[in-house]
Amino acid sequence: MSEATIQGQSVIGKVAHDHGHAGHHEHDHHEESFISKYVFSQDHKMIAKQFLITGMIWAIIGGLFSVLFRLQLGYPDATFPFLEDIFGKWAQGGKISPDFYYALVTMHGTILVFFVLTAGLSGTFANLLIPLQIGARDMASPMLNMLSYWFFFGASIVMFASLFVQTGPAAGGWTIYPPLSALGQASEGSKIGMDLWLVSMALFIVSSLLGGLNYISTILNMRTKGLSMTRLPLTVWALFFTAVLGVLSFPVLLSGAILLLFDRNLGTSFYLSDIVVKGEILPNEGGSAILFQHLFWFLGHPEVYIILLPAMGMVSEVMSVNARKPIFGYLAMIVSLFAITILAFLVWAHHMFVTGLNPFLGAFFVLLTLLIAIPSAVKVFNWLTTIWRGNLRFTPAMLYAIGFVSLFISGGLTGIFLGNSTLDLHLHDTYFVVAHFHIVMGVASFFGMFAGLNHWFPKMYGRYLNNTMAYIHFWITFVGAYLIFWPMHYQGFAGMPRRYYDYSNWESFKQFIELNRFISTVAMVVFAAQLLLVFNFFYSIFKGRKLKTENPWGAATLEWTTPINPGHGNWPGEIPEVHRWAYDYGKDGREFIPQNEPVGPNESHH
Amino acid sequence: MSGFFILAILALAFLVVFQIAKASEYVSVLKGEEKTFLQNNKINAFLFIVFLVAGLVGVWYCNELYYGKTLFVQPSASDHGEKIDKMMWITLAVTGVVFFMTQIMLFWFAYKYQYSEKRKAYYYPHNNKWEVLWTVVPAIFLTVLVGFGLYYWFGITKEAPQGSQVVEITGKQFNWLVRYPGKDAVLGRKNYRLTNASDGNALGVDWEDASSHDDIEASEVHLVVNKPVKFVINAQDVIHDVGLPHFRLKMDAVPGIPTTIWFTPKYTTAEMKKITGNKDFVYEISCDQMCGSGHYSMKGIIVVETQEEYNAWLADKKPQYVTVMEGKKTPVAVADSATAKPIAALSK
Repeated sequence: MSEATIQGQSVIGKVAHDHGHAGHHEHDHHEESFISKYVFSQDHKMIAKQFLITGMIWAIIGGLFSVLFRLQLGYPDATFPFLEDIFGKWAQGGKISPDFYYALVTMHGTILVFFVLTAGLSGTFANLLIPLQIGARDMASPMLNMLSYWFFFGASIVMFASLFVQTGPAAGGWTIYPPLSALGQASEGSKIGMDLWLVSMALFIVSSLLGGLNYISTILNMRTKGLSMTRLPLTVWALFFTAVLGVLSFPVLLSGAILLLFDRNLGTSFYLSDIVVKGEILPNEGGSAILFQHLFWFLGHPEVYIILLPAMGMVSEVMSVNARKPIFGYLAMIVSLFAITILAFLVWAHHMFVTGLNPFLGAFFVLLTLLIAIPSAVKVFNWLTTIWRGNLRFTPAMLYAIGFVSLFISGGLTGIFLGNSTLDLHLHDTYFVVAHFHIVMGVASFFGMFAGLNHWFPKMYGRYLNNTMAYIHFWITFVGAYLIFWPMHYQGFAGMPRRYYDYSNWESFKQFIELNRFISTVAMVVFAAQLLLVFNFFYSIFKGRKLKTENPWGAATLEWTTPINPGHGNWPGEIPEVHRWAYDYGKDGREFIPQNEPVGPNESHH
Repeated sequence: MSGFFILAILALAFLVVFQIAKASEYVSVLKGEEKTFLQNNKINAFLFIVFLVAGLVGVWYCNELYYGKTLFVQPSASDHGEKIDKMMWITLAVTGVVFFMTQIMLFWFAYKYQYSEKRKAYYYPHNNKWEVLWTVVPAIFLTVLVGFGLYYWFGITKEAPQGSQVVEITGKQFNWLVRYPGKDAVLGRKNYRLTNASDGNALGVDWEDASSHDDIEASEVHLVVNKPVKFVINAQDVIHDVGLPHFRLKMDAVPGIPTTIWFTPKYTTAEMKKITGNKDFVYEISCDQMCGSGHYSMKGIIVVETQEEYNAWLADKKPQYVTVMEGKKTPVAVADSATAKPIAALSK
């Protein structure tokens, strides 16, 4: 066995490649200016980095917001004078005001769901991996790809600006249900901050659509010779389904958002009827507040899979590479991704069991929702079988991948509670829900992202992330995530509602004050650990250990056949031709067989 | 000042971690990368087992600490809630088995199959038998869960039985207004355009409708034990939610679209005080749908009592119509004590 493949990080490269082009790729970008290379770049790899770094900045902001509102939850009676120094009237006397609290909660959700785990995750890895893994020189339309980032940037600017308006940003929860979000009289956060939220999301959706259409057309049309759909790495499959989900569901949210803008500003009544707010009788009649929820969740539910599928794809890839073993049940993995994609469109009303939805209709949503557990179970058991009898290398990426599976199991199983309308009657909008979705789509997807980041960082920057910092980050985050979210299930079993600013006046919920304090403390530690990751990232871009081989992990996929620092166009010479699937690890006594190696005459058939 | 110290300590911790991380990189170059790799692999594999064991102990310990603070230790206060509790235990049992089985497998495999120079990874791309097994077995279990779930669901959501008590609950920022239909058992018609709180008509009742004349408005929900009750739920401004943790139920209050929910309370408030051993026990309505800055304080009180106690409570209640009309005759005596007062609310 070669050293390259055992350690993952060795000096000695084994993969047979053509080194003759080493200096060749220089000419690809000799005429690029700073602006066209780093700012308005049309190189998918640069766009990926732009998405990643923008996403990171948002993650720090969104994470910090959670620390702030956890401060209120953990220490409802304490005052923190420094908060007043920073936030002024929002934290008078050093105590976060309810309006501010709800703004923080809302922006935490919005930022993490859309700006970090959609744009930061899909945007980064779809851009980076699709062309590299399918053997294309770039996306189908590099121009649209660039626009996709800049629309995201525009959305970011508008959302960021909304944090600074006098009445504060949107504060009605990330789901922005009207009438609360439609009526400025009902909440400070429903004033100009809400308009900015909607405008920002409109820009965001444009960005997402441009990106998604591009990903789909690239995957369908630009695969290199020999790379049939059933030879694609699972990352590409996952990113493909993610894009399909986004393209089909985001427009529905856009329509919902536009109608809401009309209701807010043009006097229409799409969502409004029979309303008396603060004593004022509104003229609107005939609208339905529930209509918005249908429109919202028609995106909102697929959205959680938009977040989760790329993580699943990357985890499959990372796990197989580091187990030195093919992913178990490749076809079953694709079929289960497909099943999840289809079902994702058919379960949205399980968020609405207690809205007065027709119980008969609800029954279908129960059935379809619980069906998702089947492809999910297939995936979990396939991952387990992938590491079974493997030869596991615990690179940081592999640790995150294993962590992902653990979190996906924990959070997925609680979905079986919430998808069952009978139990949802009790658990809806309690901390049980908070625990469920934070574990399964929040932390798990972050772990998928961390796995991807650690695995493909060498491809992005030609250097390694620092291992020790990555290990410390992994263990703190993994243990911390469970310490934060596991006990929340118990709060949920006590019926404790989410989105409360203070529980101390409630006979039914006040028994958890110490637990809340504990959770807040752990949350702060975990947040600090994330700063370590960010530091590691930027430090390693400039000072990380340099790569000495093109294929540091001994992986079979095509991205590792490019030079260490590929130029625009990825391969200096011919595009590689593919002769096999992406998972020939440990076959015929060989450590791994790259996808571009022709099938030998005596090779066994799997 | 303490803030400054915390920052300083944080910065110092960061520096230490960073220096260790940097040093370990140099050490690994000196020691040989292979050796470092093997060492790291062993440490992490071991940590996975530690995590598994500590995690299992943690799961037990967390249960010790908090099980007693959940509603599991209280009997459900409604008949529907009993079904929901049963469903909860069925689901907990099924998911619990899967949880422990898969998590133990995951971390055990991670430990057992950690890198060893002696082992070769087993080339095992697929096996249809296994894959069919773990498609079919979960499917069977889920069928059972869906079956039980829907059976209970339809039982809970069917029409309220004839002769149920009817109570109307209306949510507004940030309190609950309660109305009883009075002797005729019919709630008077409403028209939101007639809403005028200062005129004693906070709910927008249409006084033209004679069935409204005996409707009683109150600040608390009073229910009779063992008598089915149907809530008619409204909202005036934004969406609220009538959350009834002890009865294990909740239902949204949506402006313009009335919703309903029914159940039979099983224990009086006094009985629950004994059962829970908490002399301050009270059935609370929590708003469970984000409704604005006072969301967290939108509390309602339900009193469950015997028929006699209920009758006694009702006896001295005057219909809202009567109060309003009396007020109009003698404007001085605008006793708005009977108008629906914000229930509990912030009470700051």
